[in-house]
This record gives sequence, structure tokens and C-alpha cells, in this order.
Amino acid sequence: MWRFIGSRLLQAIPVLLVVITVTFFLVRVAPGGPFSSEKAVTPEVKAALEAQYRLDRPVLEQYIAYLGDLIRGDLGPSFKYPGRSVNELIAAGFPVTAELALYALLVALLIGVGAGVVASLRPNTAQDYIPMSAAMIGICIPSLLLGPLLILVFGIYLDWLPVSGWGDMPGDKILPAITLGAVYAAYIARLSRAGMLEVMTQDYIRTARAKGIPEWRVVVVHGLRGGLTPVVAFLGPAFAGLLSGSFVVETIFQVPGLGRFYVQAAFNRDYTMILGATVFLSSLIVVFNLLSDVLNAWMNPRLRSRAGQNT
Amino acid sequence: MIALLLGACGSDEPRVAQGNRQGILHFGNGTEPQGLDPHVVTGIPEMHVIVTLFEGLVTKNPHTLEPEPGVAKRWNISEDGLTVTFHLNDSAKWSNGDPVTAYDFVWSWQRALSPKMGNQYAYMLYPVKNAEAFATGEITDFSDVGVTATDAQTLVVTLNAPTPYFIQLMDHQSTYPVHRQTIEKFGNAFDRFTPWTRVENIVSNGAFRLTDWKLNRRIEVTKSDTYWDRDKVALNGVVFYPTENISTEERMFRVGQLHRTESIPLDKIPVYRAMQDSPYINSPYLGTYYYLFNTSKPPLDNLNVRKALSLAIDRRRLTETVMHGSTLPAYSITPPGTLGYEPPKVFEHDVEQARELLAQAGYPNGKGWPGLELVYNTSESHLKVAVALQQMWKDALNIDITLANEEWKVYLDTVDQMDFQMARRGWIGDYVDPNNFLDLFLCDGGNNSTGFCDPVYDDMILQQAPRATTREARYATFQAAETRLMEQMPIVPIYTYTSNHLVQPGVRGMSSNVMDWINFKYISLDQDQGTVD
Repeated sequence: MWRFIGSRLLQAIPVLLVVITVTFFLVRVAPGGPFSSEKAVTPEVKAALEAQYRLDRPVLEQYIAYLGDLIRGDLGPSFKYPGRSVNELIAAGFPVTAELALYALLVALLIGVGAGVVASLRPNTAQDYIPMSAAMIGICIPSLLLGPLLILVFGIYLDWLPVSGWGDMPGDKILPAITLGAVYAAYIARLSRAGMLEVMTQDYIRTARAKGIPEWRVVVVHGLRGGLTPVVAFLGPAFAGLLSGSFVVETIFQVPGLGRFYVQAAFNRDYTMILGATVFLSSLIVVFNLLSDVLNAWMNPRLRSRAGQNT
Repeated sequence: MIALLLGACGSDEPRVAQGNRQGILHFGNGTEPQGLDPHVVTGIPEMHVIVTLFEGLVTKNPHTLEPEPGVAKRWNISEDGLTVTFHLNDSAKWSNGDPVTAYDFVWSWQRALSPKMGNQYAYMLYPVKNAEAFATGEITDFSDVGVTATDAQTLVVTLNAPTPYFIQLMDHQSTYPVHRQTIEKFGNAFDRFTPWTRVENIVSNGAFRLTDWKLNRRIEVTKSDTYWDRDKVALNGVVFYPTENISTEERMFRVGQLHRTESIPLDKIPVYRAMQDSPYINSPYLGTYYYLFNTSKPPLDNLNVRKALSLAIDRRRLTETVMHGSTLPAYSITPPGTLGYEPPKVFEHDVEQARELLAQAGYPNGKGWPGLELVYNTSESHLKVAVALQQMWKDALNIDITLANEEWKVYLDTVDQMDFQMARRGWIGDYVDPNNFLDLFLCDGGNNSTGFCDPVYDDMILQQAPRATTREARYATFQAAETRLMEQMPIVPIYTYTSNHLVQPGVRGMSSNVMDWINFKYISLDQDQGTVD
């Protein structure tokens, strides 16, 4: 197992290097620079600014210098926020995004697994169609629409929950978590339904039933462990997706997360921030995919032995 | 999950009502400020916070925009208009109790002008003798720049030429004093990255001091007890919220989380306007929305085509329908009522004449029209205006205009390199004077971007106007220059911006003015007022 993890980590290095290199050169190819603005900047000011950010040097030299800084863990100063480093901006935004993603994942699991299991117990009946249609709608409604809709109902008409903020007022984390989690709940519902359907026809389930074990125990104890394998495999990419895809929800609810900084950085051509956030998020994605593989192997003995043989 | 659900229900008193009781203003501020160093940052959200923390030699009266004493209690201008002497208020203090002196200003201006700072607003000090030469690195000895402190309370400034708007500039952030010891304590004084503006580090001299700054969440300032005019300050504090999504901001206002919004979604204007005791505030703003014509490329190198396009626009209809009456039709680059200056109106909406001009240019009823592309930056309201104008031009002149939207920075690049035929543009005044709009179109103006160059025009702006001895004579020169500009039509003015905000009924003293400038010193909150329903 350790060799499996070690080799996967080694494989990640070239992946990250490609990500860094492509991002580094792509942002510089994009038209417009970090200092272009509606009010013309005088050549002297522009030169002074470029010198401060090493932009006056040849691109290759900038690239090598950046890699050097990166190895030391320094993501450089932000272009947009002078006096703040990219490390600091990520440190400020990431915990919020991670918390939001975690709540969203919990929401997604709670709703998704519930709906999926319920649907799988009576396939092709109303008990299946209703939650699965709801799941389909969940996938189709973008958070851009769902967020304001939830705000309108629960924030404005019913006045139960705050319309924006994060940790400023009681309950202000609920709507963002639901909005972000909804799409994933729908995916998880479909995955767990499919997984459960497969498992519930297996011999060991039949054996369990023959032994006279109550049906709820058959489902919860024997069925779920195998039935949820596809869901667990999906959790890693889902969490990574939640982390890197929370921009829209963060904007709608004024959540001070990393997503807002990241997307604004692209608009502002904040080279160091774009790069820093990309490096950071892609490292996370690599790690979460790995974690998900490990967890999956642990839950499924057949996979585990195969992983052992391969490595 | 449990923590998430705990305390969810039971909405208590709205933030606004609480704020009214505690004297705390909750302010929707657009975006997260880039920073709070007055010599580094630009932008309006930054300015809102900076004016609460710092004070220049003068400040502006929010009703009249006329200069009022700030750190300087009075000032004299010499008869030739070349020397300005500021007498500083000896009770002006920094937030750590140090006195604010004339030496602070000399050092701060050196910092603001230092080329290494890359201060984009350094040009605000260019009327000062040799300031430009210092900022561009031509001279390196700051003692040659026309600012000296004769003693701790007296600052003498020598100007290049009489500059009628100079006193006004002394309220610009670029001219604000900064606390030398503090900056030097936290890094290089002439470095943009010095972290001296952090909550735990900053020393400032304004009516408020910084007490909390959570990135992308809130900035809080609290009334300063060292400010010289503290008795006049009614608020106990201001909380600034980054609200880049205007729909979210409007919803925050609706549920009583904000006293004032930075903006309002266009489609909500009719709803708020129809309300009794409407919280919607709309007033003229010192800015013009216009399209640039690239006069070096056909077909816009032909004056008749440019005129035809401009005359064919029904600005009144545009502002009343598409913009829901939130803007005013513009026929010139300078907004009306710029400190008593009224711009000339050299043309009107006239479809017949527009058709005739187009025929004279060789395209009768649009025949043989080579096509024309309009570039604008991606935004819903720019799109609405562009589509409306496209239709007006089709109806009036039977010509096709294609629309091209570009992402902001791409668009800036396109305009900067003049790689367009027609492009959207807006200009917001930095100070209230026609000069700030008319010098855009000087031959070598950095924001000209039209290819327009008229030496006579340049002479009027650069030589004749500054030499005028009275305001009337100066304005007359500007009017003549602007008439000349509009007759050659390198731009097509479309509308005058207005400032649009939602303001809760409890807010007092936030008067409207053309700079949309807020003097927080004058604001108070009425405890007995609730929120808008």
C-alpha cells in the first residue's frame, strides 16, 4: 500500500510541472497585462511597476525565478493587492472555501445517499422515479439560479436565513452549503442507486435475507458497504470539484473564499495569484484523487489485493 | 452539520437598525480594496476607506464641493498665482498622538512622486514646480521640487503656472500625508509592498482609525479620538463590505444589512423608484459615457460619417428606455454643471441631416456601406446600449454595425493599440474642472485613442486657458475648445453618468454631488428610523 501511495505521489510531480508551465506561459500570452487600466499609465510608472514584479526580465528568466521561489514555498506578491503575498491570500480564502466545500459535501451525501437508497429499494416504481427525477433536476439547475431562488424563498419571503455573509450572522452558512451541494447530491443519488441495485442482487444479500435478518439491517449493514463503492470513488474528485468550483456560490452569497480571489485574479491578470491558486488547487486535486483511491481500496478488498499485486 | 444548523432560525434585529442605534454605518463598497496606502492604490472602493482614515490639507464640503479646511486651517495664494502657502492646524494629530506637520507633507509628497512607488496618481501633483521632472526621473534631488516646510506649521508650494483647481487637488489621496516613522518601521518607505497599512501597524490622521480588516469580508473603521475636529464627527464607526455582485448587494439592502449600496441593478430601478419615500438616489455624476471613433481608419476617417452617426442617435430615448431614466443624454465630453462650466451643444438629434451627411460621404441610404465594428467590454448594460444604437443606426441610416464584446483586459489592449474602428469608453473626472475632460484629446494625450490631433486645440488647452485671468475667460476658452472638438467629432458622447445608490431612511448628511464624494464627517444616523420595507 505504501509503495502504491509513493508511486502515485511521484507521478504527480510531472503533472504539476506541466500545469505550472502551461499556466505560466498562458497567462503571459493572454492580451492585456496586470497594469493595463482605463486611465493610461505613464511609461515611467509602468516601468517602475514592471521592475518591481520582475516583468522587465526575459520570460524564461522569470519562469526559472518563479520555480525557484515555488520550491521555497513562496508564491510571490499579488499584483492586484500590493503588500499582500499570494500565500497570504490563499491562507485567508482557502479555509473558508474548504469549510464551505465540506458542508456542501455533507449536504450532498445526506440527500444523495438517502435518495439513491430509497430509489433503489423499489426500482421502476414511483419511489424510484420521484427521487431520481428530482436528482435530474438538481443536476440541471445551475447554482447561478438555485442560489438566488433559495435566497428569495428562505432569505427574503420567509425571512428565516441571512441572504449573504459567512460566519457573520447565525445560519448564514446554510444556503451556500445547500446551493453548492445540490448538484453533487444529484450525482451521488444516481451513483448510490446504481451501486445499491447491483449489490442487492448479489448472493451474500440473498444469504443474509435467508438467515432472517431484518430488511433494514440487510440494507444498512450489508448493502451499503458494497453499494456505496462508486460514491466513495466519486468523493475525491467531488471534493476537489467543490473546492475549485465554488466561485459562483461564493459570489452569490458574498462568501470570502478562495474561488472569488481566483476568478478575480484571472480578470485582473494577477499573474502570481492565478499561478499560485492553480498550483495550490491542482496539488489538492492530485491529493484528493489519491485519497479517494486509497479509501476505495480499503473498502473493497478485491481492489486492494489488485493494487497490491500491481505494485 | 450540527454547528451549521445551530442558531439558524430566529432572525434578530437587522444590522441597519442596530447600526442606527450604535452609530455604525454599514456601507456597500463594491469590491475588496486593493490596499489602503494612499500613494499606491487607485479606485473608488479604496478611496471610500482612505478618506475616512486620512485627511489632506483641505477637504471638500459635500454639498458644494468647495474646499474646506482639513489639516490646513487656512491658505493664501500669491498675486501671480504661483505660490500657495498653507498654514497647518496645530491641533491636527496622527492616531498615535504625534502632531501632523508641514515636514510630514514634504516627505509624503516625495514618496508619492518617487518613481519607484509606481504611483498611478502621481500626476495629481504635477502642477507643483519640478514635480513631473522628479516623478519621471529627470531630476533626482527632491529639494528642487517646489514644496518646502518653512516651519512645522507652514507649507509653501510653488507652482509651474497658475492652477485654479490646485486647492481642490489637495483633497486627493495622492497628496495625503503618511506617517514616516510607521512606514520606515515596517519596511522600505519607497516600496509598494510595505505592510504598514495592516490593522496592527497603521497610523493615520483622519476622522476614523482602522480597527478591523478581514479580506473579502469587512473593513471596519472607528471614530478617532485624536482627530482635531472629532466633535463634529457623529458616527462611531463605518463597516465597509465588498459587494461586487450588485444583485447580492441589492438583496442585502432589502433585508436591512446595508445602509447604502454602491450600485443598483438596472432592472430594479423602476421598482425602487415607484416606492413611496423611495430609497433610490440618482444624481448627475462627473463622468461621460461615449464611443471612440478611430479617425485614422475608414470609414470613420470621414468627418461626415462621424457626424452622421452621432446625429442619428436619439439620446433621450436611449436614456429613458434602455437606461430607465438613470442617466442623462450627453452632447459633449464635459458633463454639465462642472463647477459652473456649461459645455456647448453643437448638434442635436436630427435624422434628416444625418442621412444627408451620410449621402455626402458617399453612402446614400446606406448604399455601399463598408460595414463598421463596435468594440465594447463584456457587460450587460454596455450590450444593451450597443444593441439599441445598432438598431437606431439601422433605422435612421440603413447601415449595419457589428458588435464585438471583449473581456476587460483584452478590450483595454485593443483600445490602447487603436486596433478598432469604434469602441466604448467612459471617463470619470478626477477633479471638478473641464480641464480634466478636455485634456484627454490633446495630440499626445495618453487616453486620446482616436487619432485626433489639432494643434489649435492643444494651444487653447495648454497655453490659453491656464493664462486666463478670470474664471469666465478661462471657461470661455474651454468652451471654444470644446466646440472645436465636437465639430470634428472624434468621439460620440452618449450619456452623462449618474450615481445610483439605495440609501436607508435613517442616513442623514450623505448629500449627492457630482463627484459622488462622501465626507463621512458629515454623516449621522437617525435612531428612530427603521429599514426600507
